[in-house]
Amino acid sequence: MSKLLSTENITKKFGGVYAANSISVDIDELSVVGLIGSNGAGKTTFLNIITGYLKPDSGNVIFNQQSITNMSPREISHEGISRSFQIPQLFTDLSVEKNLEIGIRIIEDLTPIKRTKKINYDKKINELLDQFSLSEFAKSTAGKLSEGTRKLLDISLALVSQPKLLLLDEPTSGVSADEKFILMDKVMGAVKKFETTVLFVEHDMEIIEKYTNRILAFYDGKIISDGSPDEVLKNQDVKKFVTGE
Amino acid sequence: MKNNYFKNYLTLFLAFVVLGFFVPKWALYLMTVSLNYGIIVLGMLLLARTGLVSFGHGLYYCLGAYAAGTLKPLFGVNEISIMLLSSIFIPFIIATLLGFLLRRYRDIFFAMLSLAFSMILYGLLVKTSRLGSTDGFNVDAHTLMGFTLSNSPFERYIIFLLSLFFACICIFLMIKYLKSSRGMLAEAIRDNELRVEYIGASVKSTIHINYVISAVFAGLAGGLTAITVGHIDPEMSYWTTSGEFVFITILSGTGSVFAPFVGAAIFETIRSFAYELSPNTWQMSLGLVMLIVIMFLPEGIWSLLKKRKNK
Repeated sequence: MSKLLSTENITKKFGGVYAANSISVDIDELSVVGLIGSNGAGKTTFLNIITGYLKPDSGNVIFNQQSITNMSPREISHEGISRSFQIPQLFTDLSVEKNLEIGIRIIEDLTPIKRTKKINYDKKINELLDQFSLSEFAKSTAGKLSEGTRKLLDISLALVSQPKLLLLDEPTSGVSADEKFILMDKVMGAVKKFETTVLFVEHDMEIIEKYTNRILAFYDGKIISDGSPDEVLKNQDVKKFVTGE
Repeated sequence: MKNNYFKNYLTLFLAFVVLGFFVPKWALYLMTVSLNYGIIVLGMLLLARTGLVSFGHGLYYCLGAYAAGTLKPLFGVNEISIMLLSSIFIPFIIATLLGFLLRRYRDIFFAMLSLAFSMILYGLLVKTSRLGSTDGFNVDAHTLMGFTLSNSPFERYIIFLLSLFFACICIFLMIKYLKSSRGMLAEAIRDNELRVEYIGASVKSTIHINYVISAVFAGLAGGLTAITVGHIDPEMSYWTTSGEFVFITILSGTGSVFAPFVGAAIFETIRSFAYELSPNTWQMSLGLVMLIVIMFLPEGIWSLLKKRKNK
């Protein structure tokens, strides 16, 4: 498998505290990578640097053999990186189908990502609604949905562009125990269909074990363990600083 | 369905054409001014949908009026079509330039910065004696497409038709724009700029485009008002004038492209009658209306029709 994303000595300090301390890592195409670590370990900072929300103090982010370090979030999204947020970022006053329509229209008409020559918006919206089982909420106002459904809509908005790399920030936080596997199954189904590489921050080790084929464990702005779920979760440092066993 | 809409609009347009012919002069004037105000507020509706309130659209209203009005004293041109082209062109250029700065700001900062620019124009005009200073000057709109209009018995009616024609054009263009992908972004930006950027669209560019469109509408309305009233002065750029536009925007609501025209008509009617009944305290009546609208119809008068439709 070829490298899709590389970070080279990424460093980011807030005041005197390192949120990212010389992080170098390669992510292969089509892999599903879980980012674990306690609060403040640097996972979200890592995602924010990759998506251009934060600029690193030093270091480089290479995506598809091109530096994206100084690009804006919008330019990075044009390169094929998309993300969801810990707190879902939706168009809360608009209906679910309107949210998706805006997402589709941006991709098709207002970015260089355009995939098809002529698109039937209604057909595409219905496809997405079906894919993420959101059809029954199509007319509902996004801001009034349950947390699980809002997370799903947030992720579906991130997937509208069929990105090469999808970053998910705590996709199951605030979602009930019954719903979280259903949600992840839907997301992973879509990801497989679009051949998307996934990087996701998660605290739930059941989710991490079930859906990832690689884990990066963060502590104090550094990666303290990197490997298969089996290897990482058995690592003594990970047990001590992350899982707290 | 589409044909029905078109028929309804055409019927409405023709009804106004006929109505304008029969109403008394004062009512015709009121209708013309309301249409002109409606055009400005239509542009401000676009900004409001984007989540922005401009307290300085008097700038473009005044620029449009002066761009039309100064053609005669400066170049000897008093052809209405050229005057109106000028009232669109000058605000377009100024808004395109100012837009690069204003698109960076939101909320009260956007509102106050836009107000500052309109007051700068006011200051400049007040100090320019060549343009009549605080008194302004009379506008001579002599011909329309080569036909002499001045002193014609139908002059007022033709000017009304001109305003009606441009109001319809503006409504049509606004409907088209709001249905386009760029136009749809307005509400998305008001809701969540971060998500818009992360999907891949430029928030700043969209705000800039919407700002220029609203400025062009205000400029056109300024030009039409200059022709309608026959006199322009720096008051058109004063903050109270911009305040009136904000007033009508709140009164109308942002629910429909027709709302600004209904709002403007109500505003002009209340103002005219309040001024006649109580020349010294007419502002109080407007204040009272505003209070009632904010308390009982926070989404504007148009929400009344929406509620009725939903029932």
